[in-house]
Amino acid sequence: MEKRARFTSKWLPYLLVAPQIIITLLFFFWPAIQALYQSMLLQDAFGGYSEFVWLDNFKALFGDPTYLESFRTTALFSALVAFFGLAVSLLLAVFADRVRRGASLYKTFLIWPYAVSPVVVGVLWMFLLSPSLGILSHVLTWLGLPWDYMVNGTHAMILIVVAAIWKQISYNFLFFLAGLQSIPKSLIEAAAIDGAGPVKRFFTIVFPLISPTTFFLFVVNVVYAFFDTFVIVDATTHGGPGKDTEILVYKVFSDGFKGGDLGSSAAQSVVLMVVVILLTVVQFKYVEKKVQYA
Amino acid sequence: MIERRPLLDFFSHVVLVLGVLTVVFPLYVAFVASTQTAEQSALSPLSLVPGSEFVNNYSAVLFKGAAGQVTAPPVLHMLWVSLATALIIAIGKISISMLSAFAIVYFRFPGRGLFFWMIFVTLMLPVEVRITPTYQVVSDLGMLNSYAGLSIPLIASATATFLFRQFFLTVPDELAEAARIDGAGPLRFLKDVLWPLSRTNVIALFVIMFIYGWNQYLWPLMIATEPGMYPIGIGIKTLISGGDSAVEWNLVMATMILAMLPPGLVVVVMQKWFVKGLVDSEK
Repeated sequence: MEKRARFTSKWLPYLLVAPQIIITLLFFFWPAIQALYQSMLLQDAFGGYSEFVWLDNFKALFGDPTYLESFRTTALFSALVAFFGLAVSLLLAVFADRVRRGASLYKTFLIWPYAVSPVVVGVLWMFLLSPSLGILSHVLTWLGLPWDYMVNGTHAMILIVVAAIWKQISYNFLFFLAGLQSIPKSLIEAAAIDGAGPVKRFFTIVFPLISPTTFFLFVVNVVYAFFDTFVIVDATTHGGPGKDTEILVYKVFSDGFKGGDLGSSAAQSVVLMVVVILLTVVQFKYVEKKVQYA
Repeated sequence: MIERRPLLDFFSHVVLVLGVLTVVFPLYVAFVASTQTAEQSALSPLSLVPGSEFVNNYSAVLFKGAAGQVTAPPVLHMLWVSLATALIIAIGKISISMLSAFAIVYFRFPGRGLFFWMIFVTLMLPVEVRITPTYQVVSDLGMLNSYAGLSIPLIASATATFLFRQFFLTVPDELAEAARIDGAGPLRFLKDVLWPLSRTNVIALFVIMFIYGWNQYLWPLMIATEPGMYPIGIGIKTLISGGDSAVEWNLVMATMILAMLPPGLVVVVMQKWFVKGLVDSEK
């Protein structure tokens, strides 16, 4: 779409885009190019020695079982976060869409976690599930389910999944609710007149109609689980016990900043960049579709 | 309401109340722990009745800061750092995005497509994938441990630029033509016509961007190495770094409650704009 009415000036438009473009070049493009370049260098941790090694860092990376393990951990983590996060939020949105009394009160409470910063979320759940003093671990022990996320990898995974989902519920809930509210009431009424009960209506009408929202949220949640959950891991398990919760973003940081292995860390960044690019392309393909068929 | 189903209505409320409890329970536990003495907050199981130390704990974290095994500045100072950074980020993002969207929509100039593309690509370069080299740039510019270093690298925004672009495209052409005929230049048009029209969009974006800025963690973790420049998130991390026995959970929880109040209030008070901002910025 183009504007008919335009202003003319030789220099003003450049001045207007300058701040954004300068920041983009300085803090986005230049570092991204650096990351690409460094990913092909072999460096010692003090920056004294470096050698151009082409794709050796990538070869080393994909030959490294701990990296592949981290990939698997991330995949499992994202799948759990996306699936359970969407399921819980959809359930809440469906019921919130149904009730009349108290609807806005429920909504206000359910959107609050969006404002809670991820580090607070992580520490909060760590406190609740801490093996020595957590109130929920106390309940679990009382129920005969011994709980210690510091030694048990599965428990650690459950901890970060629960924390990550808790934080993301608001976001998913709001989008599902908006999706549900945009379904024409006449469709639901017609089905009800034809004798379809609420459950049948949900599976044959509502769920198919909000599938674009569901797909969109699925992509957003995968991106969230891949990138935005660094904080939760850093505040709770530190990737442990062992490397059981070391997701990819955390590994980039711990290898590069703590371990001093710059080449490998840069190569991991590049792999992640490819992942983001793929996910963004998928997301935009979807947006195009929505525009066409809506 | 399509049909009367009292049982289903009842069930709906049960599910929603459970959902709300899941959200509220952790916050309640945090609040209770923040009102107890250090010994009480380290008991297992924790008592779920608020303690007597509300005033003591909160005034201690707000004004004194932690000393001893871990050192962290007073929470009031860290809240100030967070507030300043979040405001610079939110206002910065909105201003530079509005200006560049204005240029891209209302002017035709060589390089327009290239600039638009460059802004778009930043979506694909989240800070997590360019950590080390971005840190390098900031450090070379001498921006470590400064408000500029904490905020400026984060204020480029593809989403805000898109949002303003979409909005400007819906503004009737007649307005710009009328402004031109009346002799108003582009900047005058931006200030007197577009700015007032964009007000709802600006508020909605502001809410989202403020929370984004407030909740930053990975970036300040690298850029702020001096306690004086710690935003509240890093402060919390520092408070729990002493190991299980050294952590004073009551003070940690008081700090966390204080950390979530400002963005929480913004979301609840500005709920309408918040929802609009969230939904719009993802279109």
